[in-house]
Amino acid sequence: MAAEGELAAHLFRRESGRMVASLVRVLGPRYLDLAEDCVQESFIRALERWPFEGVPANPAGWLTLVARNRAIDRLRRDKRLSTDVPDTSFDASRDETAEQLELISLCCHPSLSEESRIALTLKTACGFSTGEIARALLAQETAVAQRIVRAKRQIRDEGLNAGIADSSTVLRVLYLLYNEGYSATGGDELLRTDLCEEAIRLTMMVADHRSSASPAADALVALMLLQAARFAARIDDAGALSVLDEQDRGKWDARLISAGLERLRRSARGETLTMYHLQAEIASLHMAAQRTDWVRINELYDALLELEPTPVVKLNRAVAVARVAGARQGIAELVELEREPSLQNYHLLPAVLGALWREAGDANRASHYERRALVLAPTAAERRLLERRVGSMG
Amino acid sequence: MASFILLLHEDPSGFAALSPQDMQNIIQEYTAWSDAMRRKGVLKRGIKLEDGAGRTVKGAVVTDGPYSEAKEVIGGIFELEADTYDAAAELAKTCPHAKYGVIEIRRVEIG
Repeated sequence: MAAEGELAAHLFRRESGRMVASLVRVLGPRYLDLAEDCVQESFIRALERWPFEGVPANPAGWLTLVARNRAIDRLRRDKRLSTDVPDTSFDASRDETAEQLELISLCCHPSLSEESRIALTLKTACGFSTGEIARALLAQETAVAQRIVRAKRQIRDEGLNAGIADSSTVLRVLYLLYNEGYSATGGDELLRTDLCEEAIRLTMMVADHRSSASPAADALVALMLLQAARFAARIDDAGALSVLDEQDRGKWDARLISAGLERLRRSARGETLTMYHLQAEIASLHMAAQRTDWVRINELYDALLELEPTPVVKLNRAVAVARVAGARQGIAELVELEREPSLQNYHLLPAVLGALWREAGDANRASHYERRALVLAPTAAERRLLERRVGSMG
Repeated sequence: MASFILLLHEDPSGFAALSPQDMQNIIQEYTAWSDAMRRKGVLKRGIKLEDGAGRTVKGAVVTDGPYSEAKEVIGGIFELEADTYDAAAELAKTCPHAKYGVIEIRRVEIG
C-alpha cells in the first residue's frame, strides 16, 4: 500500500484506462480522442499543482473530477458534440469494470488490424504513451502513432462499437501483449515487465467478470501466472538468460505458481480445449517438483500443433520429442523448420539444433549451429547465455 | 536564518507529450523533495500560481497574461529557510526543478 501522500505504483496508468473507459461510455466511441484529451488534461493539472500542494488524499477522485469537468466544458462549447451526446450526468452506480471491458473490446475490434489492436489497447486501456509503446514493441514511434491515428479514424468512420464482442479476439490480443513482454528480445526491461503485468491484470478482469468469463480466459490467466513465476529466475546473476533446466527453482515465485495452478483447475470446465489450456498445462508440467513428465508434454504439444501449426510450436515440440525419443529424433523433427522463412532469423532454432547435436555427439555440426545462434542472438543476455554454453562445451 | 524565495521557471509546452507514468514519476520526485525539506525543517511553504492566466498592470493599462511574453513562466514558488545564498542554492540544487526548468533564488530582505 502507498503511504499517505504517496502514489500507488502505476496509479496514473491505471486511472488513465479507467477514466478513458468511463468517458467513452458517456461520449461514445467516436469521441475516443476527446476522452483521451480530457484524461491527459487531468494529469497535466496534477503535474502543475501537486508538486506545490502535495498529493491529495484521494488522487483518483481529484483526477476524475478534473477530467469530467473538462469533458462537460467541451460538451457545452462544441455544438456538434452536444447534439451527438445527450447532456447526461455521470451515473454514479456504473459498473466500472464493465466499462473497462467495453473499452478493451473496442480496442480489440476484429475490424482493426492486429498490430492496431495491441497498440490501441496499450494506449487507451493501459495508459501507455506512444513513445512507451514504441520502446516496448521495438517499433518506431512515428509508426505506432500512425497506427493509432488510423485505428481511431477507422472506429469513427465505420462506427465501430464496444460491447463484449468477440472475446476470443480480446484474449488473443492479451496473449500477444503478454508475449511481447515475456519474449524479452531486447529493449527496455522494465517496460516489458509492465507489459506482462498489464496483460495479466486485463486478462483477470476478463476472466472474473460475469459478462466475459470463460474457461479460455481462466486458462490464459493460468498460463501467464505460471510463466511469470519464472521471471526472477530467467535472468541469472550474470544477466544471462537461463534456460529452464538450469534455472534456480528456488527463485521461482511460489505464490504465482499456486495461483496459476488454481486458475488451471478452474479452467478445466466446458467443452473446448483451447491452445491456452494446452500451453498452461505444459507450463504447469515444467513446474512439477519431481521429474518432468516429458511424455505428457509431448502429447500436449501434439494437440497444440493441431490447433496452432506454427513454427514456434513445432520447435518447442521438437525439444519435447528429443527428451522422449532421443536427440536425433528431435533433430529429424526440425529439418523442415530450417527452410521455414519466418524462422530464418530466429536464434532459438539454431540454438536448439546446436544443443541437440551436442547430445547426439556431433561436435562439428553442433558448433556450426551454435555459432549461427550467436550471430542471430538479439540481446546481450541471450548472447551471454549461448556463449556460456558454447564455452562450457570446450 | 533568512527566508529565500525560489521562483520556479518552466516551459509548460512540453508537458502534453509526457506519458502518464512520466508525469507520476515527476510528481513523486517533487513531493519527495518537499517532504525532505519539510523534515529538515526548512520548507516554509509552496505556492502554486495559476497557469495560463494573469494580468499585467502598468499605469492605468491592464493587459491579460503574465508579464513576459516568453515561453517560460513562473509555475510556482517555494519559500525556504537558509543562512546564506550558497546554502539556499545547495538546497535548490536538490530540487527536481533544477533539471526540468530553472530556479531563481532571491532572499527576503528584512530591516
